[in-house]
Amino acid sequence: MTSARDHLEPLLLELLGDEKHDSSSYSTLDVLWVLYDRVMRYDARNPRSEERDRFVLSKGHGPVAYYAILADKGFFPHSELKKFMRWNGILGAHPDRNQVPGVEISTGSLGHGLPMAVGMALALRLKKSDRRVFALIGDGECNEGSIWEAILLAGNRQLSNLTCIAINNHSSSLELGDLAAKFAAFGWAAISIDGRDHTQIYDALMHVDETRPTAIVAEIE
Amino acid sequence: MQTTMRQQMVETLEDILLQDERAVIVLAEISYSLFHKQRPEVRERLFNLGIMEQSMISVAAGFALEGFIPCVHSITPFLVERPFEQLKDDFCYQQLSGKFISTGASYDYSEEGMTHQGSGDVHILRSLPGMQIVVPGTPSEFDALFRASYANGANTYFRLSLAQNPFDTSTQFGKLAVVRRGTQATIIAVGPTLAPTLAAVEGMDVTVLYCATVAPFDGETLRAADQSSNIILVEPYYEGVLAQDICAAMQHTPMRLESIGVPHRILPNYGAPEEHDADIGLTPQGIRRRIERFLGK
Repeated sequence: MTSARDHLEPLLLELLGDEKHDSSSYSTLDVLWVLYDRVMRYDARNPRSEERDRFVLSKGHGPVAYYAILADKGFFPHSELKKFMRWNGILGAHPDRNQVPGVEISTGSLGHGLPMAVGMALALRLKKSDRRVFALIGDGECNEGSIWEAILLAGNRQLSNLTCIAINNHSSSLELGDLAAKFAAFGWAAISIDGRDHTQIYDALMHVDETRPTAIVAEIE
Repeated sequence: MQTTMRQQMVETLEDILLQDERAVIVLAEISYSLFHKQRPEVRERLFNLGIMEQSMISVAAGFALEGFIPCVHSITPFLVERPFEQLKDDFCYQQLSGKFISTGASYDYSEEGMTHQGSGDVHILRSLPGMQIVVPGTPSEFDALFRASYANGANTYFRLSLAQNPFDTSTQFGKLAVVRRGTQATIIAVGPTLAPTLAAVEGMDVTVLYCATVAPFDGETLRAADQSSNIILVEPYYEGVLAQDICAAMQHTPMRLESIGVPHRILPNYGAPEEHDADIGLTPQGIRRRIERFLGK
């Protein structure tokens, strides 16, 4: 059990009812924890501040760890967690940007978030902003053609302000082979790491290539 | 030579780029060659992504998230049908605003076959909550209606066609225009069907309303103008899209309704758009025959 899991356990236990997505939920936990605890710049009291780094949960599925971390970091009250997927709650089984403070994009249908994150990265570059865009995709989501459109485009546009974290918990029915090599072939700076090792996660997230977007393939056993 | 709606789009968008730094243009190759990349504002804020229409919409939504007003353009099926879920999820569900401009209406690309036809665009876009739909009848109407709605915070679709009326009609965004008044029927002509409709009703005692904004539909003007409860709809896409709006507008008045437009069937022929018009009866003679039959003449 990781320290992040220990720390978040009381919050995670509030979020009941989406157990079918447990492996999806918990596969992201360590990466998201390091991202929100040590890497991203944000103000939870002003979640749409222009000065924030952007995070996109592209795969949308299994947002339990995401919600627990947002609550822990103060984006919304812990009391919301009890209302997960309830009629009067703001937290659905897929996140809604218009209801959940801190959520950048409403996702759920696979293959939408990363292309939108590419648009955000292009827009930030146009605004001459030095803020970063992080997008998290799943290996199953990598079956979607639009993901590869976005990977092709980001590499072509040399979007150095974009980092894509591919959580590889081997949920895809199709064998994906060496994902990092695939990203690299599309012009990304790509690395594979242990998706539970906080030092590896931190080092990978802090890396910014000057001319290429960064892909982090986080392997989860 | 007459300006096309597509040429007008380039002129209008380039002018808006100059005036409003929030404007960006997002393309997937189509019409890229028409823009003037030597102009700095075009070079900086025109994004040609390559042939990836799904990502074209998603990337545009990313720009909208960052405060830009994305103007997205392609051939009708590649703007509306292929990335329909991106329009629904990435713009409508997110409550973002974008401007979507098609070229190649219905069978404008008749020589290219069914894959390039787009008669179903207005029908399916009507299913998206809040999607505004504009069907201009001339290039200058496109220019005026685009400028009127460009920064309105909504999602707006502009349906550009090869066919255009040989005259401009004074029309406001979201309003029907009363073109002529009569007592036997009220005819609603959408966009470029106005000219053949006016030719069709020559000598007839009918009201003609011009509709360049399909959604939101101006039911109030229809209610005020109609004296007959005989309503005839002439649309340049799959027939009957506005029937639901007309019924809603006239719900307290018994009425008869005739829908004239592109029939809901596969059109396998190539040839010229005018040949399709003749085949399906979207000509002055064909429209007049349908009106006379409906009115029992």
